[in-house]
Amino acid sequence: MMALLASGPGLAAAIVVLLALAVWSVRKLAALDEQSALGRFGTPVVFGAWIVVFWQILTEAFDVPQVLLPAPSLVWHSLVANGGVLLGDFVQTVVHSALIGWTTGCALGFATGVLIDRSAFLQRGLLPVAALASTVPLVGIAPIMVMWFGFDWHSKAAVVVVMTFFPMLVNTLAGLAESGHMERDLMRSYGASYWRTLVALRIPVALPFVFNALKVNSTLAMIGAIVAEFFGSPVSGLGFRISTEAARLNMGLVWAAIVVAALAGSLLYALLGWVERRATFWHPSFRAAAG
Amino acid sequence: MAAAAIEASRAPARSAIGETWHRAGPVLAVLGVVLVAWYLAAIGLNAAQVIERELEPGWAWQDLVRHTLSMDRPVLPAPHQIALDLYDSIFGWPLDSPRNLLFHTWVTSSATLLGFVMGTALGALLAVLIVHSRTLDRGLFPWIIASQTVPVLAIAPIVIVILGSMGMTGVFPKAVISMYLCFFPVTVALVKGLRSPGVIELELLHTYAASRGDTFWKLRVPASLPFLFPSLRIGIAAGLVGAIVGELPTGAQAGLGARLLTGSYYGNTVQIWSALVMAALLGLALTGGVSLAERLLTPGGRR
Repeated sequence: MMALLASGPGLAAAIVVLLALAVWSVRKLAALDEQSALGRFGTPVVFGAWIVVFWQILTEAFDVPQVLLPAPSLVWHSLVANGGVLLGDFVQTVVHSALIGWTTGCALGFATGVLIDRSAFLQRGLLPVAALASTVPLVGIAPIMVMWFGFDWHSKAAVVVVMTFFPMLVNTLAGLAESGHMERDLMRSYGASYWRTLVALRIPVALPFVFNALKVNSTLAMIGAIVAEFFGSPVSGLGFRISTEAARLNMGLVWAAIVVAALAGSLLYALLGWVERRATFWHPSFRAAAG
Repeated sequence: MAAAAIEASRAPARSAIGETWHRAGPVLAVLGVVLVAWYLAAIGLNAAQVIERELEPGWAWQDLVRHTLSMDRPVLPAPHQIALDLYDSIFGWPLDSPRNLLFHTWVTSSATLLGFVMGTALGALLAVLIVHSRTLDRGLFPWIIASQTVPVLAIAPIVIVILGSMGMTGVFPKAVISMYLCFFPVTVALVKGLRSPGVIELELLHTYAASRGDTFWKLRVPASLPFLFPSLRIGIAAGLVGAIVGELPTGAQAGLGARLLTGSYYGNTVQIWSALVMAALLGLALTGGVSLAERLLTPGGRR
């Protein structure tokens, strides 16, 4: 279709008409009532769809070199054509490096939090250190981990463990401090032991904090796994694919790998959000949303 | 943090020195344990190589300790080796020499700071547009929030390639990466902050017949500052990671990322560790600078 309008005033007019249509449709949707699902979810979807449409039209009309910005159709074709390769990259980066590292790092952070919760001294010693760790570019340990654990996913998972440990530790400690004196005194009057109180009262109360850390860490884990591959990796992995194909100017495949990484990251986040609503249904923030 | 606050309110009043010790003591103890554990780990991890390559048969444990803590390319360098390398690479060369670590630190921090300024400006602009336009609020803002869950740092090699093909090299491409990492948290926090004034405040200004501009500058902007600064700290830390990662695909010419990469190419572990320590110090300095600006600009203190 674009070939027919290839140049001159016809194209310009078509773009102006489409632009007007786009602005009108998004404005109409945005003006809808706050409560309607169409207004809340439809607006961003339609807005995003128009961006893709204009991306496609403009890259074709102005013959943008695919190195600068490949058309969405080209990205889609690479995604389909290289499905097998990208699936291998997905398993390498997301399932192995990110998920195993994330699970280990979060478990270690949570366990450390529960263990040092009884010692005010250790808390005062570790909390400032953990807070400082968030300002430090921890992903820089990747070359060291590659030396220690080799080129395969083990070194990437190790980077992810280090990156996810501190947010989980900080949030677990904050969550365990969240239960009130009334509830704790009640548990004591029942003659509940320390561990019983921990399992029945304090950990459930800490869950919103723990889920917060799980969600923050899911993004950190994806970043850590991908960036660690920039430092050296075997012949698969999303970060490896992005850096090597970018060097070969094969931008369709690069963008396809980014689409896979973006989808994996947001799906993981959405999944955690869903589990969180199931596990902490009693929390005011969800009760308010439901009622 | 909450636990510390509760504890501080319950604890009896202390003298200033006692208060400092109460806070610093546990941290120093933890750091001391880490230091001792580090030396033990260095001995343990380096032992196999030392025994195989450096020690004569019939060595005593003193030889093992001495050799493991002074290897050229250790598996894990001892803290004093890293400190010595830091000292040498900072004071052993002129400031503009590529062998001086401060030169690389400057390369990375200039890209971070430039990107931070651009990202904050872009983030603020977007936030103002979103607050004033229902269309952008409904259409664009959900995408900005969703993009927080996506590893956007993965685009870094593309930015380098695109800007490189347009003839731009050096600081600017890295600053662009820092910029787009900075602007997401700034936009999200500022939209929240600019909307934080309640109906009462807004109506008060209305009764003063304040214009839209006055309401914006005298009410919304000051009210948004407590939201802005935490996001600036996140932004500048993310921007530093972006600048370091941006230095990887360019053939590692200069910067802390380049030092990390060349160190790993040549197996020079001490160089990697000293670059890492420098990156950590730079991260602390940058976020510390933002915290200082926060103290100066929000007299009421942090909320």
